[in-house]
Amino acid sequence: MTRPDQAAAPRTWRKPPFIANPVLRYGLWLVVIVYLVWAFGSLPFNWARISEGLPRAARIFGGGFPPSFERSGLLITGFKESFQIAILATLMGVALSIPFAVMAAKNVAPKPIYLLGRAVIIVSRSFHPVIVAILFVAAVGFGPLAGILTLTIYSIGFVGKLLAEEIEEIDWGQVEAMKAAGAGYLATLIYAVFPQILPRQVGLSMYQLDSNLRASAVVGIVGAGGIGGTLMNAFGRYDYDFAFAILLMIIAVILVSEGISGWVRKKIW
Amino acid sequence: MLEISKLVKRYGRDEPVLKELDLTVEGSSVVSIVGASGAGKSTMLRCINRLVEPTSGSIKLNGTELVHLRGRELRRARRKIGMVFQGFNLIDRLTVMENVLAGRLGYVNLYQAITRRYPQSDIERAFTLMERVGIAHYANKRADELSGGERQRVGVVRALMQEPEILLADEPTASLDPRTSEQIMKLLQSLASELSLPVLINIHNVAQAKAYTERIVGLRHGRMIFDGAPADFGKEALDAIYGGIETAEDEITEEPGRPAQQGVAHDST
Repeated sequence: MTRPDQAAAPRTWRKPPFIANPVLRYGLWLVVIVYLVWAFGSLPFNWARISEGLPRAARIFGGGFPPSFERSGLLITGFKESFQIAILATLMGVALSIPFAVMAAKNVAPKPIYLLGRAVIIVSRSFHPVIVAILFVAAVGFGPLAGILTLTIYSIGFVGKLLAEEIEEIDWGQVEAMKAAGAGYLATLIYAVFPQILPRQVGLSMYQLDSNLRASAVVGIVGAGGIGGTLMNAFGRYDYDFAFAILLMIIAVILVSEGISGWVRKKIW
Repeated sequence: MLEISKLVKRYGRDEPVLKELDLTVEGSSVVSIVGASGAGKSTMLRCINRLVEPTSGSIKLNGTELVHLRGRELRRARRKIGMVFQGFNLIDRLTVMENVLAGRLGYVNLYQAITRRYPQSDIERAFTLMERVGIAHYANKRADELSGGERQRVGVVRALMQEPEILLADEPTASLDPRTSEQIMKLLQSLASELSLPVLINIHNVAQAKAYTERIVGLRHGRMIFDGAPADFGKEALDAIYGGIETAEDEITEEPGRPAQQGVAHDST
């Protein structure tokens, strides 16, 4: 099997570089290094303030230990409201995301409808929930309603976008088969499109519930109800031990909900 | 009776895929359409039920002109044209029964389709047909749990649920192993005579075309270059259709016992 010429000139191989053009390759490295030097050189690091701040941070954390669950009534009320906000917003958001996803899928929607659907999704995705929450608090006042509306919009944007992409990737043969049987547009959607996106839809809904639960804590800070409001009040009154208890509870709740949603997603496949 | 005359299909500004094709199928005959890939077989079949829009020409099914139908009229025409696909195109996540009943989507209303409340007569018909092809015991199984041959039987039953006046089969056996594909061809042949249904089958396997159909139509570059009984389909016709290249079909049709071609020396050391 050995050939004589192989011994004479051993052939070598190296992985071709990711960027073929050497000027561009080393140029990019240079740009990154120059930027880092400039950024660190020009940022105003005030070491005096940092050294002052560290003990303060230590005091806050120290004050947080041991976390106090004394006012568990407030804690429970806050979480109950957060759950209500998250669940309602997820239900409404997911339900509304289906029609918008269909509208925003190139392969099943006519061009003008497609553009409209995309526009709705882009607009509802372009603002962070906190900004939307500020708008809704201004519009409908403090409280959970603002939170629900905010997270509904957030859910439509996120679930709608991913679902639309899923619809664009379905096996088109099934749609053809339904068309060939003489099925109408809606019947074709229900038989050939929805079953194919169902697992993704359930997975996204579970993920969105997770995400809304986390976000409901954040939008509470700007006054949209839920545990975030309770947390903000606790900080405001220097109740660091209570605040710390709330943080621990949030972590616990997120962990549990993540576990449940992972389990459900595995089951449904 | 199916009458195709001067059918032209052109994609964009390219050379037409079908060039003034004429084909008439009378009575309940089983016609196979052979031709190399790209000859226009699939396009022709899909023009009949308008999954592909013909550029010009006329297609008449039992006197009804199909080319200019739109909306509801088109759906009514489609439900009289059953289609069997190469990739089966079953709704994988639904049960066999739901797939079979989907063949009735052109007849039932949306409420019946969503709630699966099909008329009693449809359910009777479904069971009768499923028993005929031997898949009745799979009624409540998910379609993706079946083997290839069983899946194609579901596809055939779904098409027959439409009470079609003609059956189109687009390479129905190309995704199946040789034995199963023989079974499906036999099934199509016997169903055609039982239901006195004209059947058009696109097929690559010339041996099966000769064995199971009464008439062979050969296409090349969008033109019909052979139309006759299987007995008249000899080497000359085969060469004309496949361009005279020594194809594998040559050996299958002519001399199955012939030893392999020379020059393929896998095990010469």
